[in-house]
Amino acid sequence: MNYQPDRSKYPAKKADGTLDIDLTSGKYLKLWHGPNHPGITGNMSVELTVCGDEVVEGKVHVGYLHRGFEKLMERRSFIQCFPIVCRICVPEPDFNEYCYAAAIEELSGVVVPERAHWIRTMILEMGRINSYLMYLGGQAGALGQGVIGQWTTYVRDLMLDRFEELTGARIYHMFILPGGVRDDLPEGFKDRLEATLKEVDAVLKDVYDVMFKNAVFKRRSIGVGYIDPAWVDEYGITGPNARAAGVAKDVRKDQPYLVYDQLDFEPVVDHGSDIYTRADVRRRDVAMSVDLLRQILAKMPNEGPVMAKLPNVLHWQIPRGETYIRGECSRGEYGFYLVTDGSRFPRRVNVRGPSYTHAMTLLERMIVNTNISDIAALMVSLHTYPPEIER
Amino acid sequence: MHKLYENLGKIIPLGEMTLQRANLAFITLDRRYLRSALHHLRDVEGYSHLVLLTAVDWLEEDVFQLTYLLSNRTADMDVGLRVMLPRENASMDSIHDIWPTAATYQRELREMFGIDFPGSPRVNEEFILEGWQEIPPYRRDFDTKKYSEENFAHREGRVTKDPASHMKELLYPDRGQ
Repeated sequence: MNYQPDRSKYPAKKADGTLDIDLTSGKYLKLWHGPNHPGITGNMSVELTVCGDEVVEGKVHVGYLHRGFEKLMERRSFIQCFPIVCRICVPEPDFNEYCYAAAIEELSGVVVPERAHWIRTMILEMGRINSYLMYLGGQAGALGQGVIGQWTTYVRDLMLDRFEELTGARIYHMFILPGGVRDDLPEGFKDRLEATLKEVDAVLKDVYDVMFKNAVFKRRSIGVGYIDPAWVDEYGITGPNARAAGVAKDVRKDQPYLVYDQLDFEPVVDHGSDIYTRADVRRRDVAMSVDLLRQILAKMPNEGPVMAKLPNVLHWQIPRGETYIRGECSRGEYGFYLVTDGSRFPRRVNVRGPSYTHAMTLLERMIVNTNISDIAALMVSLHTYPPEIER
Repeated sequence: MHKLYENLGKIIPLGEMTLQRANLAFITLDRRYLRSALHHLRDVEGYSHLVLLTAVDWLEEDVFQLTYLLSNRTADMDVGLRVMLPRENASMDSIHDIWPTAATYQRELREMFGIDFPGSPRVNEEFILEGWQEIPPYRRDFDTKKYSEENFAHREGRVTKDPASHMKELLYPDRGQ
């Protein structure tokens, strides 16, 4: 695709690099998209300057949700941080637990039992499916198809049932702890998970027939919201946003963690790089996660410990050091940078959420020259969660 | 990783290297050589992905540590560059021209740690906080507890108890303290 943005309505730049927008001229109008708006992805807003129905400038505003997680963790012991980390991302909290636990394990030298690796991988894939199901509902809803969200919410609810019986909680599981996982699988869990996966398969087929073959959805999403593959490194784009642009970035394959090196899969890659392609890559990713879960259930060792022996966690001191642990979440590379100083508390925790780059620098770049009516679909197509930005 | 350290060391003076694991190392270097190192790593060594840019406050040593974490996806290697800055009037060269996405990180560091990045786009605009008057909140000398006690009303019902004596009282009420 030859991307040639139309700059004819673009305001001239002043000497300091800012745009010369004269709001009294009647040519431009300020318009707030969010924070209370059905077409906004979570607690954020975009300050738009429009000329007619075309956007000439967009500034992303966050801060509606800031709880200072990283700072709060500096006052808590390593184990006390656990109820906090999962809350950094609501729809897919397990990645926080895994990255944080793996960082602690690496710096303290705790060795995780083999079976715990398999259960962790299973949980992360279950969480990925949940996150994608929410996305598919949101993406269809942003273009007027409300029913898709109802179908995906139904099947996501079944997956939450599986989470509930496994961890005791539906949203924030706090199941992946340093040293392994909190408990073994309940009896009969594998059969019930397989039954849920069949439901996911069925709904996914319906979603494909109704959403992806829909003429309105196609007309409004194909060719809209183009990401140039050259931007991938410039803007730190990861996950489905990069894979839909033809860049086969997938941490599960590139830098395998947990048991991904023992699973058979190829990252889903496409080349359209528009809203439609990104949605399709995610739909195919759900199918791949279903397949991965079936592989995990088949290959997982049936017996063995799920938790390593830990020192007294109330007085756990970790030697001075720093590390970075990453994983491939549904939106891209998720990582924890953990610095310890030999005390009972983390010196610094920095969360690298994919939304940080996707929803800020990239969105501000992409939004220029967009029609106002496409902004909701464009934002949803980047699949961003604001808590990762202002963690 | 040692090869990378050698290659980089031929161009610029390097400090200590910490090999965290086979594919992750942290290298300390002087702030004057950071941009050259980043250009070399991005253009020659294939570290084209800026994973994150963040700061660590070593209050006791009176320095900020800036960590630039880069990744080479095809080689499965990560390298973190550590730059130490004095905490007083901390200021660092901007790298938004090398990676445009760095502008957001720098804007956040300006607000949360008070580290300036002259020339970085919108670096002085509020990012998350609104009308913040205190010292930057992610600095170690900012006391969150004191701030919340001074600015928010006390909520009844929150009592802190010593776990040992509390459990003793709960389980064996007749024995007394």
